[in-house]
Amino acid sequence: MKTTKVIEVPNPSEAGPEYLREDADMPHDLVTLNMGPSHPATHGVLRLKLVIDGEEIVSCDPVIGYLHRGMEKIAENCHYNQFVAYTDRFDYLAPMSNNIAYACAVEKLLGWELPERGQAIRVLCAELSRISSYFLGLGVYAMDTGAMTAFLYCYEEKEKVHNFYEKICGARFTSSYTRIGGLTRDLPKGFEKEVLDFCDSAEKTVDELKRLLLHNKVFIDRLVGVGVITREMALQNGMTGPNLRASGVKRDLRKTNPYLGYEKYEFDVPVAQEGDCYARFQLRLEEILQSVRIIRQVCEDMPSGPICVQNERGVLPRKEDALQGMEELIRQFMVSTQSVNAPAGQVFFAAENPKGELGFFIDSQGGGTPNRLKMRSPSFCTLSMLPELLPGHLVSDIGAILGSFDFVQGECDR
Amino acid sequence: MECFWTWCCDILRNPTWFYLLTTVAKLALVFAVILAFVVLSVWIERRVAGWIQDRPGPNRAGLPLFLLRPFGSKKTQPLAGLLHFFGCPPNGRIARLCRWLRLDREIPTFGLIQPCLDGGKLFLKQEITPSYVRKFYFILAPMLVLGPPLVAAAVVPFASGVNTAFGDISMCVANLNIGPLWVFAVSGLSVYGLTLAGWSSNSKYPFLGGLRATAQLISYEVAMGLSVIPLLMVFGTLNLQEIVSTQATDGWTLLPLWGEGLSLQRWVLWIPMALSFLMFATCIFAEANRTPFDMAECETDLVGGYHTEYSSMKFASFFMGEYAAMVIGSAMVVTLFLGGWSIGFGADESLAAWNQWVAVICQFLMFLVKLLAFIFFFVWVRWTLPRFRWDQVMKLCWLVFIELAVVNIVLTALILYFVK
Repeated sequence: MKTTKVIEVPNPSEAGPEYLREDADMPHDLVTLNMGPSHPATHGVLRLKLVIDGEEIVSCDPVIGYLHRGMEKIAENCHYNQFVAYTDRFDYLAPMSNNIAYACAVEKLLGWELPERGQAIRVLCAELSRISSYFLGLGVYAMDTGAMTAFLYCYEEKEKVHNFYEKICGARFTSSYTRIGGLTRDLPKGFEKEVLDFCDSAEKTVDELKRLLLHNKVFIDRLVGVGVITREMALQNGMTGPNLRASGVKRDLRKTNPYLGYEKYEFDVPVAQEGDCYARFQLRLEEILQSVRIIRQVCEDMPSGPICVQNERGVLPRKEDALQGMEELIRQFMVSTQSVNAPAGQVFFAAENPKGELGFFIDSQGGGTPNRLKMRSPSFCTLSMLPELLPGHLVSDIGAILGSFDFVQGECDR
Repeated sequence: MECFWTWCCDILRNPTWFYLLTTVAKLALVFAVILAFVVLSVWIERRVAGWIQDRPGPNRAGLPLFLLRPFGSKKTQPLAGLLHFFGCPPNGRIARLCRWLRLDREIPTFGLIQPCLDGGKLFLKQEITPSYVRKFYFILAPMLVLGPPLVAAAVVPFASGVNTAFGDISMCVANLNIGPLWVFAVSGLSVYGLTLAGWSSNSKYPFLGGLRATAQLISYEVAMGLSVIPLLMVFGTLNLQEIVSTQATDGWTLLPLWGEGLSLQRWVLWIPMALSFLMFATCIFAEANRTPFDMAECETDLVGGYHTEYSSMKFASFFMGEYAAMVIGSAMVVTLFLGGWSIGFGADESLAAWNQWVAVICQFLMFLVKLLAFIFFFVWVRWTLPRFRWDQVMKLCWLVFIELAVVNIVLTALILYFVK
């Protein structure tokens, strides 16, 4: 099975900006420019303290924490199941992925294995949210470079995924779909067919984007050779996800240590060698197509059966049973008030999320709440690159570079 | 009554008064048309953007039908009654079309009123002048942006002349012999507006925006001037009215299909003319500060550029100034390259021979149609292309356009000399 796909970028040497190679010789008056926390290019509440020499950036000092909500501390004070709702707010552009990553982490602690249908639905949701997150990221990226129309094309696809969220769990944004040991509810009837229709339209939009932007001279000139992250830089800063793969490292947790039965599905891991803004754009487009591939496979043979772990004490019983049987009623009461009873121990689980690898480290001393929960957020690692990357670029490049990172402040600040 | 009429004729027979009155009338017409076009081009911008982006765009602000009730209309569903009167089935094709046009709810305006209402809204908004600005220049800057395009419009001819019993009327406000130069000179003044706005705001983002605007406008001014020289060499005049009448008889610059336009020389000249057109149109984009050249106010890195600190009507005059520059730019492109007011294919002369006034009105409408088409092109480009980077814009001007324009001038001269 072919798993690597190398992407070619047209003429990287020709289109590369010259000012990156020229040495600044004369001393100039430096200006400190404060960008953000409320600025169109800094998606959310990132603040950059820039020192600029004319249009050129001399140094950059990112200030984060404007969206800090103390998520990790909150986790210590609520049950495992109660914390699911908070995970929606990490990477709020792909809430389902966070739900799933968190539930998988706790299940790893508990040593539970989901039934096949539950796993398949989780894969479906994770890939749908990946598509939605990538589309939004690409759209915003395009808007940062001035292509407003592409943004709206992307947004349309993203809205379709949110319609699916609404059908699955009743909310468009804050899904809270997973529970420890399963999901809140099964898929509605005929859902697979609608998703397959969406797959076609997503592929069409990717094609449109390719024609509108990827082969556009203005777009290529603007992005090729800008914001180059070498393989070493990426690895040193702990970059993950598409940003890392754009720098030539083939690392995808779905392949390297598969969870949720990802090993059953056939898909490629696209890798680009250039590590510039253009490669990151191209790579995301390619990954959408791979996600579509996975979704097709999931939908075409969706297994039947239960969606939750069976005969475990942590999972809510069916409502009908709880109304008629004493045991089930007690179980419902216990699960609602005390959640799952986790064993003591430590566990780390990372999932391949749209922004990178979202990891949860859980230290449990037994019972329904973790003693300590630590998150490894990919956006934080990505943004830590900025002081190293931005100097030497122009102020106009900031939009392109930040857009190409596709970060989310909610996840960075936690 | 009769003595009033003779008094009017007397006044019109006096050449000075005749000149004054016709000029005032033309001024009023041009001013009204440009301001209407500013509003209209905002509407076109938003409608076309909506069309391109799969959304309706502004389609509301119709007159709701319940307004009719105070005037005695008792019916709640006038459309249903009307359909019944004409015998259309209530769910037929016509009824559905009417409902799609929102005829059952309002008298539709297709959103045309919306830009006007936007203007009203901006007028009523709070006017904030930050305490740290340099007040005099801060207030002067918006005026300097809006003024020049309106003044530049004076030399654009919008129809051929008419001979009346009292004298000849040339259908442009000022029939100067330095038409294009006047336009370049006056519209070049708007750079002061942008620079002053950026500098007087006393804030970093507007300052950067102002710097970019200054550099960009001055550079493209050079390229624009050089790019039309080949055309002026071909026509041998700087009078826009003459340029257009030549195009009317001998074929448009880019469409030499009648009159002397069918000669070999004109066909060979088509190549430098097309080059010149491409460069001039691009320069107009840059001069009007529109995407892909909206460096001065690109919101993703400079928030709002030079007008970040402006609010209310001062902001509106920047906004209107940009659209006015776009309208005048389009008018210049149409005048120089697309035949201006001429209907083409020799129709102008035959129409004028039949009835002068009909010819003038048709030519005026033709001019407006061409103008609208070019404004549509402006909008189309804006909503399709990404934005250039700042250094690329300058490089494009200094390293590509100016060289190309000089080569183009030499090429035209060679063709004019050798190909007869």
